[in-house]
Parts: sequence; structure tokens; C-alpha cells
Amino acid sequence: MRRLGTLVVILFGSSFLLFNLTAISGDPTEALRFSTDPKAAYQLHSLIRQLQLDVPPPLRYFLWLKGILGGFVGKLNMGLTRDGHAVTTRLVQAIPTTFRLVTIAALIALVLGITLGIITALRQYSRFDYVVTFFSFLMFSLPIFWVAVLLKQFLAIRFNDFLANAKIPPGWILVFAAVTAVFWAGVIGGERKRFYQVLGIAFTSAAVTLEALNLLNWYANPRLGIFVTAVAAIGIAYGVTAISVGLEMKSALKASLAMAAVVTVLYYPLQMIFKHNTNFRVLTGLVILTVLTAIGFSRYFAKIDRRAVTRTTIISGLFMGLLIFIDRMMQTWGPYQELDGVNGRPIPTIGEGNPQLSSHDFWITTLDRAVHLFLPTIALTLISFAGYIRFSRGTLLEVLNQDYIRTARAKGLSERTVIVRHALRNTMIPLTTIIVVDLAGLIGGAIITERVFGWHGMGTLFNEAINTLDLNLLMGVFFCTASLSVLANLVADLLYSALDPRIRVGGGK
Amino acid sequence: MIFRRKVVAELGVDAAENAILNKEVEGLSQRQIVLARFFRHRAAMISIIVLAILVVIVFSAVDFSLGPITLHGWWKYSITDTPDLIVKGCPGYSIGCPTLTVNPFSAHFGLGDHPFGQDDVGHDYFALVMRGAQRSMLVTIIIGMLAGTIGTVIGAISGFYRGRIDNVLMRLVDFLITIPAIIIGSVIGYHFGNLGATFLAFYLGLFAWTGLSRLVRGEFLTLRERDFVDAARVAGASNRRIIFKHILPNAVGVIIVSVTLLMSGAILLETALSYLGFGVVAPDVSLGLLISKYQDAFTTRPWLFWYPGFFIVSIALSINFIGDGLRDAFDPRQRRRISRKDRARSSEIKREREAL
Repeated sequence: MRRLGTLVVILFGSSFLLFNLTAISGDPTEALRFSTDPKAAYQLHSLIRQLQLDVPPPLRYFLWLKGILGGFVGKLNMGLTRDGHAVTTRLVQAIPTTFRLVTIAALIALVLGITLGIITALRQYSRFDYVVTFFSFLMFSLPIFWVAVLLKQFLAIRFNDFLANAKIPPGWILVFAAVTAVFWAGVIGGERKRFYQVLGIAFTSAAVTLEALNLLNWYANPRLGIFVTAVAAIGIAYGVTAISVGLEMKSALKASLAMAAVVTVLYYPLQMIFKHNTNFRVLTGLVILTVLTAIGFSRYFAKIDRRAVTRTTIISGLFMGLLIFIDRMMQTWGPYQELDGVNGRPIPTIGEGNPQLSSHDFWITTLDRAVHLFLPTIALTLISFAGYIRFSRGTLLEVLNQDYIRTARAKGLSERTVIVRHALRNTMIPLTTIIVVDLAGLIGGAIITERVFGWHGMGTLFNEAINTLDLNLLMGVFFCTASLSVLANLVADLLYSALDPRIRVGGGK
Repeated sequence: MIFRRKVVAELGVDAAENAILNKEVEGLSQRQIVLARFFRHRAAMISIIVLAILVVIVFSAVDFSLGPITLHGWWKYSITDTPDLIVKGCPGYSIGCPTLTVNPFSAHFGLGDHPFGQDDVGHDYFALVMRGAQRSMLVTIIIGMLAGTIGTVIGAISGFYRGRIDNVLMRLVDFLITIPAIIIGSVIGYHFGNLGATFLAFYLGLFAWTGLSRLVRGEFLTLRERDFVDAARVAGASNRRIIFKHILPNAVGVIIVSVTLLMSGAILLETALSYLGFGVVAPDVSLGLLISKYQDAFTTRPWLFWYPGFFIVSIALSINFIGDGLRDAFDPRQRRRISRKDRARSSEIKREREAL
């Protein structure tokens, strides 16, 4: 509670500072005052009245603050923008856009970054480690606006050109296969003989798959189909079980496999549902249904350790649901390209949605949003996941040097248990706090991305506010980002003490 | 010698490896150890060389002035010259293409007349990029030094004296941290950008020290509880002496590493601000400004886009690698990779032990 008080004081102080800093450094009426337009005097007068410019800045700040504090009694008033709109309505329009832009990128960056960080830590000083380290430093050093232009040029435009004749030429198949092979060989590691074995297997299977997809004309009209879905679902069941509780726990494996069977059986009925009426409510219902089924199966199969089994089954069930979702999106890909506003060039370089889109089908609009998110998400992910790689690698290495890891190994626990249960959980403590603070920072950090890709979110508002000296708008944006960051810091502290029992908030003096 | 072998023999292979590593640092001062570790970091050494070459080229190529001192550059064009646009020999119908040829067997090998090409009115792009890189480097150095100093001083004071001073200073830090860097930067840049890059850097530096001061404070908080500080105090050392002679040298690793990282962040911040139009403004040149001006020319004249980006990436990348090398060098827990030779040696020792 005391911390909360301090935070409010901090927020108050920094907003006061920013308000006055901006207010004294530029005069919003300057253009009008020197204008020769006969209406200028009237406009000047109304602008002064509208924005209360006759009140000196320190006092005007308190007028603004009064509006903000009104939020507690349900009458939030952030003042008007220069052209007479309420700041709150502008913010309400902008926040969802920015949110959509940053959440997916943040999630992908997190998952990829942490996974790569863990792998590099477990394979410390291997070639794979060096390569990933080099790339993460490279990502660190890239300005996002530069990456964005490169992505537009090489990814979007080239890819759209490629779709005109959707066949990968043999030379590129070899290149892709080689890259895949080197990646997997690096990840799996091992002795030299094993390295070459993995390299060979991965190379052949990648090359064969790519060529087969060529023959099936898959790139123009992708889908998974029931067979691939079934195989992938079984793979998910095995993979999730192996990582989460270990394959020796038969009940978890059985429950996950049962989920895979259910997904396969329901494949065609689900397609029927998707065809007719889909909206977010149906999808949410399906997710809840998946979780309930998973709980049911794990109750049925497991007599002991029910919590771990339930967790595993739910995770695999959700992954399988994602599989079905991806399959359905892929089926939309072909029809989407033939729509009027798309014309066979599905990856756009700019904008947040296609305004010419004629169809109101749920899948078409979702796919439209997804392709518009494609480039900005890659750009944001590229520059932010490098930090997570470095951080999770460093933390895990530190944890692996601790005595309790040695104790766990000495007890004869399996390597999986040592890594997943003892090392990873302790790595997650500092990671969580970093993540929470980062997520709050992302809202403010997407200013450049929004500009490059022509999105109209918080960044655009901020730009506009600075360029037109619109104080109320600027303070509105600032209020959102600052309160988010303060809240995130608070949440991070609380989480830290919740996760790590050695740390107590506010105590221990 | 036999005695040492025996000591080693009683330990396991791990310990034998440790002994080999320890032997390397025997009889060396801390500074020598750190330097030796740093020189062994290959990526950091390459980066230092690259950065040094870049600095020399960038600051000597075109005129550089700082206050009253002006250094004249060796390059024949300045950023205001507008020589005729070259039309001949460019691919497609583009004009002003680069004349730099790196293939040593080509007849045109060398810089040529306009190594990086020309912009749309004919300005020599090499001169522009050099000037932009000068600006970016200058901003980076100023921010690094200013923020480094303020951050260290504030962190040291609040970590050493604790209590009320600490509380006040750390609340100040909390309060500056709530404002995202790019927002502060834009507000500052918008109003002070026209005063020139030096002022911009100065104001940015005044806000960039917060993260560093937290780190330094943490370091001071742990170091001040250590026995050698108590020993110094018992011996009658003043606070000032303890801070400067005892604690600061021990915290210098953390400070140097985070200042390097701060600097690599600063160069990206400056270019981002200039890109948004809140940083360095025309007629002055900065790398971010060049990219933002020519991003649409990518399909027709890609060199206008590639060269400034290349300079940003190489400067930031070198600084990052140097920072990484320094971190490894200062970190006592960081162990060198055990080479195959060392491993062979340690198993040889182990065999000897078994033979004994």
C-alpha cells in the first residue's frame, strides 16, 4: 500500500514535469498569431478558450489533473485536442490498434527468445551458441526503420512476386534444406558422427518435403488436411508430455493421445461449424470445451499426480486447437488471394487492414488482419527477441552453476527433471519481472514501427501531438504509457516476491 | 614440481581443469587478468579494430568542428558542394550511382569520384554519410560520458550513504524511468534539435543515466558490507577515500560494461529520433535523417539507403561486442572455454593419478 502511494506521487511528479516542459517550450498559437487570415483572430480566441491557454502552465496542469482525477468518479476528462475532439475518444480508438500490433510480436519474441536462450545455454560454447550469439548481437544493433524497409522490399514484394508462380526453384530448395539441416544439427548436437547423421536426415527430409509441396501446388493453396493434422496432433501429444512430465508417465501420455484422437475425429464436424457461423464467441467456446475435455481425460487416466497430468493435457489440447485454427486459416488463403482488393498480392507493406475488402466472412477478415500484421510483427520480433535470448541464456547459465542443481543431479534425477523442474523454474523468476516491464514499454516503443508501416495507433497520436504542439493529446498518450509502466513495475515487484519466497515486499529492514 | 603434481592428482578432472585455469592467472594483478581475458575475446578485438578504423576514417574524411577547433577533411567534397550528377554507366536509368569498386582485379578498383554515389541534387553521398556518422558518434560519446558520470555519482552516493539520501535519489530515478526514452527524446529533440547535435546529445544524456545509477547503487550496497571496507574504516579511512580507493575500483567493471551498452543504445536512439524528425534536423546531417529521406528511393537507387544503414549497424554492433568482451573479462565467474588441449592434459593428469 505504501508502494502504491509512492507510485502515485511519482506519476504525479513526472506528469507535472512533462506538462510544464512541453508547455513552456512551444506556443501552440504561434502560427495563428502571425497569420494574415482575417478569421485568424477569431480562431485564436476560440483556441485559447478551448485549451484554456490563458491560464499559466503550472496552474493549467492542475486543471488537467482535475479532469484525470474525475476518472475515479466515472467522469474522466482529458481535455480536448486542437481540433476539438475529446482526447479520450482518440485514445480509445488508438489503443486497440497498438495493442494488436505489439501483443503478437511480444508473444512470439518471448517464446522464440526464451527457447533459443535455453538451447544456447544448454549447448554453451558450441557452434550453435556462437552463431545465435552473433545473430542476437546483430539484431540488437539494427535500427527498426531500416529493417522495416528491407522487409518490405525483400519479404513482401518478393513473396508476392513468388506467389504469381508458386513453385520454389530447385536451387532454393537446396539452400532452404541446407539451412534447416544445419539448424537442427546444431540444436541436437552430440558427437561428430551424430552431427553428420542429423545433418543428413534433416537435409533429405527438408528437401523432399519442399519438393513434394511443390508438386502438390501447396504454396498457392496450402492446407494441412486430416491426415497431417492427426500426425501432428500425435507429435504434439508426445512432445508436450516429454517436456512437461516425461514419457515414463503413461497416464499423461494416454490423456494427451486421447486428445489427439478426439481432434482427429472431430476434424470434419469442426469444418462444418467453421463453414457456417464462426465468430469469437464460438472460438472461445471451443477453447473452453478443449480445456474441459482435457480435464476430463486426465481425471479418467490419472490416479496420482493429477495436477501435472491435467496441466500437460490442457497444454497439448490447446496446441492441437491452434493446429486446427492454422489449418482453417490456410484454407482461407486461396480464396483470400482472389478477392478484389487483394489481386493475388496478399502481403501488404502498409496499413492495418484492407479497406476494399468486400467479404465479411470471419475467416477472411481474420486472415486480412493477420497478413497486415505479418511484416510489423516480424520487424518487432526481430529486434526484441535478441534481448530475451541473451537474458534467458545468462540467467539459466547462472542457475545451472548453483548448488541445488548439483544436488539434484547427485540425487540421480533425470536430466529432464533437473533442467525443467529445477533449473527452468528458477530461471523464470527474473525473466517474469523483465517481461512484465518490457510489455509495458512496448506500447510506447512501437512509435517508429507504426510510422513505418502506416498504422494509426498511439505512436501516430504521439507524433501528431508533438508536431502540432497539442499538449492535451501528448499528456493523454503520456498518461497511458506512464501509468502502464508504473503498474507494470508494481506487478513485477509483487510477482517477484510471489515467485521467490526469499524476497518480501516492504519488509526486511 | 612433484608436490604440485600430487596436489593435482588428488583432485578430480574438474579440479584439474580448474587448476590449469588458475595457473594462468597466478601472480597477475586484477587489471592484468582482465586485460588478458579481454584480449582473448576474439569478437571484441575484431570490433575494436573495426571501430578504430571507422572512427579514423569518419572523423578525418570531412570537416569536423567542435567549438573553436576545426579539422579539415581530406575528402575533396564537402556536404554543401554540388558537383555535376554522373549519368554514365549506372544500371537501369538511375543517376549518381556509387563508384566504389572493391574488386581488386577490376579496372576501376578504388574509391572513384563518388564512392557512395550522389543524392538527387548531386551532393556527394560519401561526404554526407561521413558527416552523419560523425554526428552519430559524437552524440553517442557525449551521451555515454554524461550519463555515465551522472549515473555513477548518483548510484554511488545513494548506495554508499543509504537512508534518506538513497530514498530521495531513487524516487527521482523511478520518476524519470516512468517516461519512455523515446518520448523524452522526442520532446527534447523537437525543441532543442535545431540547436545542433551537441546540445541534443547533452539533453539526452541528462535523462539517460537512470538504469546505470540503479546498477551502481546495487553494486555499492553489496560492496560496502564487505570486510575490506570495514578494514579500511577501522584503519581510519575517510568516506571519500573508501568510496574512491576501495569501492569504486571494485565496481568499475559493472560501470564500464553498462556504459558501453548505454552507448550502443544511444546511437540507435539518436538515429531513431532523427528518423522521426525530432533529432538532428536539416541542414545538418545524421544517419537516421539520411535513411528517412531516402527510404522511398530504395527500388531505384538502393545505395542511398544501404550505406547509412551499414554505418549504423557496424558502429552499434562493434560497441555491443566490445561490451560483451568487457563483461566476460570483468566477470570472475566467467570461465574460459576449456580447449581440447586442456582437456587432454587434464585426463592425462587423471590417468597419472590412477597409476599412482
